[in-house]
Amino acid sequence: MAGEAQSEGGLVFHPMDQFIVKPLFGHGPVEWYTPTNVTLWMGLAVLCTIALFVLGTRGRAVIPSRVQSVAELAYGFIYKMVEDICGHDGVKYFPKIFTLFVFIIFTNYLGLLPMSFTPTSHIAVTAVLGFGVFFAVTLLGFYKHGAHFLGLFWMSDAPLILRPIIAVIEVISYFVRPVSHSIRLAGNIMAGHAVIKVFAGFAAIAAISPVSILAIVAIYGLEVLVAFIQAYVFTILTCVYLKDALHPGH
Amino acid sequence: MEGDIASMGQFIGAGLAAIGSGAAAIGVGHVAGNFLAGALRNPSAAGGQTATLFIGLAFAEALGIFAFLVALLLMFAV
Repeated sequence: MAGEAQSEGGLVFHPMDQFIVKPLFGHGPVEWYTPTNVTLWMGLAVLCTIALFVLGTRGRAVIPSRVQSVAELAYGFIYKMVEDICGHDGVKYFPKIFTLFVFIIFTNYLGLLPMSFTPTSHIAVTAVLGFGVFFAVTLLGFYKHGAHFLGLFWMSDAPLILRPIIAVIEVISYFVRPVSHSIRLAGNIMAGHAVIKVFAGFAAIAAISPVSILAIVAIYGLEVLVAFIQAYVFTILTCVYLKDALHPGH
Repeated sequence: MEGDIASMGQFIGAGLAAIGSGAAAIGVGHVAGNFLAGALRNPSAAGGQTATLFIGLAFAEALGIFAFLVALLLMFAV
């Protein structure tokens, strides 16, 4: 039904076919309100989140069950990260950062299931997350510090002659941030899935099929790692950008 | 005929863009190797620097992903 990649059946298939957005019901055109496979897997990610953090911690046991301790570990991990990087006044923004982390990690891991679909492999999805962080952080910086926020671009410890040049470079790198922030996640996930599909295509050739199946297993293991690391990197960079907005002084 | 030359340029360009992935691999290896070298000299300070390690890895890797993206665009989108 929904997550069906078009890879089954044929000997030769296109490695990028798995990223096609299809309507969930029928074959009509995809409008903005059409429920697609993206909608389905995002919804499943939300359901998994609810299952882990609402149902899993429902007992509020002093000695946590296995599910509850996973939830507590994830919470503590991100909480410590926000506190370490952003400082104490950054903890206020912890819910947003934790939401990003949990959403990305669940979409990544659900996308690793065979026949499933990974919403985070689409730049359209990650760009919303990345630019959301960018606009939120920029507005927050101006709200908190007013014009002093522009001090982020003016390195007061650099030699005076160099400062305008550094300022130009800093402004450019500031505006590239959301682009690289979103493309990093989408590119990593898309590249990994495409590589698996390419090796799956090689598996159709009898002479090298054992090697390529072993390679798929190895790459799948790597992808499990990458799925976590990319969620972690996205979150940690969000923290770094937030820190720049909260403490722009150089 | 012209289409052939155009698609040849497309494939050559995609192959050239893929070199960038190898360059990013050098960068990522540099970051991880230097982290390990520093961590073995002072293991007690290593734990606090893993965040920095991952940020460095991410920045190095992003450029390789950009190269990969250019290759993909040349292959499938142009």
